[in-house]
Amino acid sequence: MIKKQIMLGNDAFARGAWEAGVKVSSAYPGTPSTEISESLAKYNEVYAEWAPNEKVALEVAIGASYSGVRSLAVMKHVGLNVAADPLYSASYTGVNGGLVIIVADDPGIYSSQNNQDTRAVARAAKIPVIEPSDSNEAKEFMKFAYELSEKYDTPVIVRSTARLSHSQDVVDLMDRIEVEDKPYEKQISKYVLTPGNAVNRHVEVLNRNIKLQEEGSEFPVNRVEYNDLSMGIITSGIPYQYVKEALPKASVLKLGLVNPLPKKLIEEFASKVDKLYIFEELDPIIEEQVRSWGIDAVGKEIFNVPGEYSVNLIKRVIKGEEPNIPKSYEVPGRPPVLCPGCPHRSTYHVLNKLKLHGAGDIGCYTLGAAPPQSVLDTTLCMGSSISTYHGMEKAKGREFTKDWVAVIGDSTFMHTGINSLTNMVYNQSTGIVLILDNSTTAMTGHQDNPATGTTLKGDHTYQIDFSKICKAIGVPNVEVVNAFDLEGLTKTIKEAREKEELTVIISKAPCALLNKEVTKQYKVNKDLCKKCGACLKPGCPAITKLEDGKVFINDTMCNACGLCFSLCKFSAIELEELQDRRTYL
Amino acid sequence: METINTTKNIMIVGVGGQGTLLTSRVLGGVMLQAGYDVKVSEVHGMAQRGGSVVTFVRFGEKVAEPVVEEGQADVLIAFEKLEAMRYAHYLKKDGVLILNDQRIDPIPVIIGAAKYPDDIIETLEKANNVIKIDAAKEARKLGNDKTFNIIVLGLAARYMDFSKEEWLKVIEETVPKKTIEINKKAFEIGYEMYSN
Repeated sequence: MIKKQIMLGNDAFARGAWEAGVKVSSAYPGTPSTEISESLAKYNEVYAEWAPNEKVALEVAIGASYSGVRSLAVMKHVGLNVAADPLYSASYTGVNGGLVIIVADDPGIYSSQNNQDTRAVARAAKIPVIEPSDSNEAKEFMKFAYELSEKYDTPVIVRSTARLSHSQDVVDLMDRIEVEDKPYEKQISKYVLTPGNAVNRHVEVLNRNIKLQEEGSEFPVNRVEYNDLSMGIITSGIPYQYVKEALPKASVLKLGLVNPLPKKLIEEFASKVDKLYIFEELDPIIEEQVRSWGIDAVGKEIFNVPGEYSVNLIKRVIKGEEPNIPKSYEVPGRPPVLCPGCPHRSTYHVLNKLKLHGAGDIGCYTLGAAPPQSVLDTTLCMGSSISTYHGMEKAKGREFTKDWVAVIGDSTFMHTGINSLTNMVYNQSTGIVLILDNSTTAMTGHQDNPATGTTLKGDHTYQIDFSKICKAIGVPNVEVVNAFDLEGLTKTIKEAREKEELTVIISKAPCALLNKEVTKQYKVNKDLCKKCGACLKPGCPAITKLEDGKVFINDTMCNACGLCFSLCKFSAIELEELQDRRTYL
Repeated sequence: METINTTKNIMIVGVGGQGTLLTSRVLGGVMLQAGYDVKVSEVHGMAQRGGSVVTFVRFGEKVAEPVVEEGQADVLIAFEKLEAMRYAHYLKKDGVLILNDQRIDPIPVIIGAAKYPDDIIETLEKANNVIKIDAAKEARKLGNDKTFNIIVLGLAARYMDFSKEEWLKVIEETVPKKTIEINKKAFEIGYEMYSN
């Protein structure tokens, strides 16, 4: 009997990789892709790791494939940019063991710095893309992707979106296929991309793409659902679900292969329906190709929204119905905030008091751009804080950047920040780089990294020492300060600003959420509170101003970091030992 | 394709960190156990850091779309008052709002850039069927603040057609082993608060 289970899309991708016989997986965490690797790490038959960045992750998977086993790399859409170099060339070398790259796009921009359509990258790199529409397909299409990879000698991208990755639905659990390791054969003309070999491989890639386009019309991952022929819709992924909900009677061509497009299948479908719509989130990748074949289709001119699609969108623009939506209330926003007890709040409090600008980076500490921290001026991409800061100094000199610092987290420093720091030393920059070391990759949900001392599988490993790395690169001044030591941090930064050379300050304290059990908390002595508001300034969500102007510390939220205690001049905030240990929400 | 009309839509809204994900896992488990097709859609990542979070749960004979859209929710479970107000327009005309009477100030209110609305409950009651509960108080009485979400779920369960035993079985299978007993108690507390 097939066992049914409700499963998160990302868990289903992992299950699919396991069922497909994958042996090696490498990834860098990134919402919405992170849980795939965490889930995969639980299967004993799979070696799964966190790499310092996506380029490394993909190269690890490529190496595993060359050696002859089924391998996997996992990343979010912007991670694929980092991995673009090996990606484009792996398209040329092809594979030995099946190679799949799961890439998760974020059309709603729930947790990303931009919107990108992975299909566009895949088109440029001439790599086939498979796109599932629910958890069970996520699992099953993984197995198909490995067959495709080995049959056509190509890496295959399996594309997800946040909505698919983070939706749960019912899957049928199956056994793992035991795939025999392939023998390794030395093939220099295939695996060594000298220009002479690459010229020949280019021809192979072009031929492969044509073959895939022709044979793709027969692939079982595509599905034609003929119904009322007056309206036909070409769609894929999660948008397929919106179509089924809004237009249950329409004819649908649900594409599982979205690059290269199965031309024959699309032409046949288009010829049978009176009016053809193309319903795809993000870029008009299908639409532009279909139109270029002389097929008349309606797409982005009516579905002109930048983010996620919806049933209501179809109802409005195709059916001309105005959905019956009650009036919404005007309410204050609730943007994400640094948690109570977050060490970044303390560091930012110091930077804010010193009126410094920050060249920021990607992580929880990106929230330091918003009030009341208001420190960061820029956030671009992983690792960019240090290099953009260096660019400013080279453009406008030390006078301009003396009011600036670069701010980067521990995992982001290991990802690509370290390259930029090397550049600062090499090209003789001055200034201050703050590494906010909270001992975890926090924003994506607490993953380990080379500086935490633990692997994805939970094994103990060497813990990279930031201080030693910075010294080895040649940074002349390296300081380590406790993130909650306001005086120490202020003094260190002030001294560094006077120096005409580079200083790295490692502001260190673990993420508040790593401590699962809270044994003490702070409370306000109302008799001593003078309503000065000093404790409210850093914007801790656990502290509320009461109607009488005095403050109150929410006892279910306080993590006892002591920042408010340090800021209170009237000793109105007191430490309380808890009798029962409380688990943080 | 008449099944669309039978699909039920549940939403859980709250503040990142309040345990919406655990609650939705229990909901999804109960529906699957009862033989329904189920889809649950969640938000992970940056929004979870104290931001506004929403989880959709849909069940029926065959469910396509994983999200609940405006004006479609049969039951809206709100762990926090301001979040109830933010998402109230997702309710159907005859939908039920299970409202946990808790206030968590968002950052614009903390720094004085915005005001937390007065009379949220009174305002919502004018337009919706509101069932109030002070689950934090009950959780404290039970001795574990964290169980408040399961207490709210216990009350919300009264507005869905599953037996108490079905719920308790799924809670047992879903929550961490050490917390099974206290979560079952929490569920019963909420379940018994129903008055009709």
